[in-house]
Amino acid sequence: METPEQIRDRLLARFPGAQVTVVVNGSPSAQHSLLVDAAHGREMAGFLRDDPVLKLDQCSNVTGVDWPEKEVVETRKTTVPDPAGGTPKIIEEKSKRIEPGCLEVVYHLFSVALRHGPVVLRMRTGNRTDAVTLPSLTPVWRSCEFQEREVFDLFGVKFDGHPDLRRILMWDAFKDHPMRKDYVEPDDYEWEPTPHGDVLAKAKKHFPAPAAPAAAPTPPTATA
Amino acid sequence: MDQIAPTTVPITDAERDELRRHGILLTGLEELYNWGRSRSVWPLNFGLACCAIEMIAASMAKFDIARFGSEVFRPSPRQADLLIVSGTVTKKMAPQVVRLWNQMPEPKFCIAMGACAISGGPFKQGYNVLKGIDRFIPVDIYIPGCPPRPEALLHGLVQLQEKMRGQTISGPDAPRHLRADLDCDCPIPEFGEHDLEPPQNDILFQPPASPVRTPKA
Amino acid sequence: MQDLSPGGAHVRAVHDEFHGDLLEVSMGPHHPSTHGVFRMVVTLDGERIVKLKPVFGYLHRNHEKLGEGTSYLGSMPYTDRLDYLCSMTNNWAYAVAVEKLAGLTVPERAEYVRVILAELTRLLNHTCLAGFLMQDCGCSGTPLMYAFREREKILDLFESLSGSRMMCNYQRFGGCRVDPPADWLARAQTLVDGYTAFLDEFEALLTGNEIVMARTQGVGCMSAALAVSAGVTGPALRATGVAHDLRKVDGYGVYPRFNFRVPLGAHGDVYDRYMIRVLEMRESVGILQQALAGLPGGPIMNPAAKLRGFRPKAGEAYGRIEGPKGEIGFYLISDGSPNPWRYRVRPPSFINLTILEDMCLGHTVADAVIILGSVDIVLGEVDR
Repeated sequence: METPEQIRDRLLARFPGAQVTVVVNGSPSAQHSLLVDAAHGREMAGFLRDDPVLKLDQCSNVTGVDWPEKEVVETRKTTVPDPAGGTPKIIEEKSKRIEPGCLEVVYHLFSVALRHGPVVLRMRTGNRTDAVTLPSLTPVWRSCEFQEREVFDLFGVKFDGHPDLRRILMWDAFKDHPMRKDYVEPDDYEWEPTPHGDVLAKAKKHFPAPAAPAAAPTPPTATA
Repeated sequence: MDQIAPTTVPITDAERDELRRHGILLTGLEELYNWGRSRSVWPLNFGLACCAIEMIAASMAKFDIARFGSEVFRPSPRQADLLIVSGTVTKKMAPQVVRLWNQMPEPKFCIAMGACAISGGPFKQGYNVLKGIDRFIPVDIYIPGCPPRPEALLHGLVQLQEKMRGQTISGPDAPRHLRADLDCDCPIPEFGEHDLEPPQNDILFQPPASPVRTPKA
Repeated sequence: MQDLSPGGAHVRAVHDEFHGDLLEVSMGPHHPSTHGVFRMVVTLDGERIVKLKPVFGYLHRNHEKLGEGTSYLGSMPYTDRLDYLCSMTNNWAYAVAVEKLAGLTVPERAEYVRVILAELTRLLNHTCLAGFLMQDCGCSGTPLMYAFREREKILDLFESLSGSRMMCNYQRFGGCRVDPPADWLARAQTLVDGYTAFLDEFEALLTGNEIVMARTQGVGCMSAALAVSAGVTGPALRATGVAHDLRKVDGYGVYPRFNFRVPLGAHGDVYDRYMIRVLEMRESVGILQQALAGLPGGPIMNPAAKLRGFRPKAGEAYGRIEGPKGEIGFYLISDGSPNPWRYRVRPPSFINLTILEDMCLGHTVADAVIILGSVDIVLGEVDR
């Protein structure tokens, strides 16, 4: 199979004006991916599916990834020559920069006909609040239909051109997108005698230990 | 049923055995009633998750729940006596489980099978997982395990039968269905914007108080 | 290019002899034939299905969110509970993904043990599925009883090896948890030797049965092109005639050393999906014989593998294997911390349901039940 760089070059030649970058994967799996711009996403996906060399006829896996905005601390070193003629001083300047967050959708493409893959395709939204629309690839691969609904439900990415974009796992009235990293879950933990560490931490928030000895716990009202 | 006076057995067990040897069966109404219903519990054919497979296994050849009179799994809640909550109850599923419980006629019983049905189990920290079905419906028997083995389910069923045999049919300790002052229906929670509304049935479930460490003198 | 969009031209023409009112029926989430808490909103014209919308999420237990909050090893027991009939293959798929992410190798003996356990799981799953499918067809009792009798024998093996009947939690990154002792292997050999006789008995009951054939042939057909586009994998894909078995395509583990065939269907109907599974079980018995005969000695774990404090360096990996239900894959993104930044399961039964509506349109409600049964879903994996 072609390398991601070769696919990128062919895509750029075929779609002038499009943006395609190879995202290098540092792990031993070496599954490098192609980051494509949303404006040309669907045309490029159709090209990858129909291209006789690649023939990526199966979109196996669609998933979202949440990248919240994060603070990046950059250290810049400057060398200041000592006016007295001694050794030059090194001054470290620290600058803080907020890297904007985004939501990312990852598609794993395989070829059933030619038995190769994966080609990993990624698209990113502008931010995590209002510019969250990406083109739907359901017209290209049917398998994206439910998986894109899932990404919409859990991450809040809106897919333009999806035939039936509704929540799929949570109920329709639900407002949050629970797979986002900043999702706050409802606090309905009770105190239990032998809790898991994280459960205990959450339960303590809900049931702070009273300062004075409290009365014995009230038994649940017997109804059975 | 309120008019029935408490049944008393004026003869000893030895005398009863003597009568039985002569082909005369002497029993009380309460004993007969409880014996009959405890030996013919019909569970609802209702599987939720992993535990449902073990529930099916309990009804199959090797474990054979029919030995305890409970092989008649009814698909309709109208015909069932026993709700086996076999698996994780999610918040999306909880209103349906409560509705099924309300649709079952009295006398009815509930077994919480497995860690998830008891407290949320390994999935307790999930945002969509109900942390125990006893927040919405009254539970009679809890069976721990993830999943409990079929033998554990059978043990739970035997325990339930014990419980049924110990019930009196009149007086202040009479079960729910024989009393006019208790409402048998549980309110069905509704889907809210972030969670179920209400998140629990406060009459049935009150979270235990957190432990208090007395300061050292 | 053929139009494969939902409701496109490939959808078979719905018969419209009667122009009465349409009836909307909600099947599930409590319905004895939906294999759990699955719901279908079916619109009927008379008895024929004109629209079918699956509703998911009734068993959505937040597997992926929990996976991001726990360590890599901590997610292994959760994978047991995905497809709770096939914990061994789920374990293996997750181990493959993590091994790709961290660049771990697996000793030869562990690869053989994994093949043995995966093929036992395949026997277990396909046997149970055949029983459940016949239950859905209305053949209440006998086939499922037979299937569960065999299931108990395989579960006894799993229990003596891993300590648990269903939730085995047996595979580790870079090997397996315990070395199977000699008497375990002898018991496995006995089971494998006897399985062909059981399959003969089972098939004598079902395969040539005229009622089964009348009930299942020509029902729920899917075309090969649509199946590939919809990401259908596993026996459901091979029933349409597409030779796509990851044991051959990817050749993961030590599968290239074994001699086995991939059964293919021709029509893609319910009967083909049943037959593919029966034939696959016979091939699995062959693989098991070869694997048990050729099991090498040596360590069961890669000594370089680190279970506690496991922190793969930043990167990502997608690993997949051929589970009994189809391609089960795990997609992991590591940011160098002990927990994965993103933990994603590629659930075969969920994606195989994408074209459930296309398969059911024009059929009756009773057919929808067996079509769903033949896709082979487990709700723990569909909703995760």
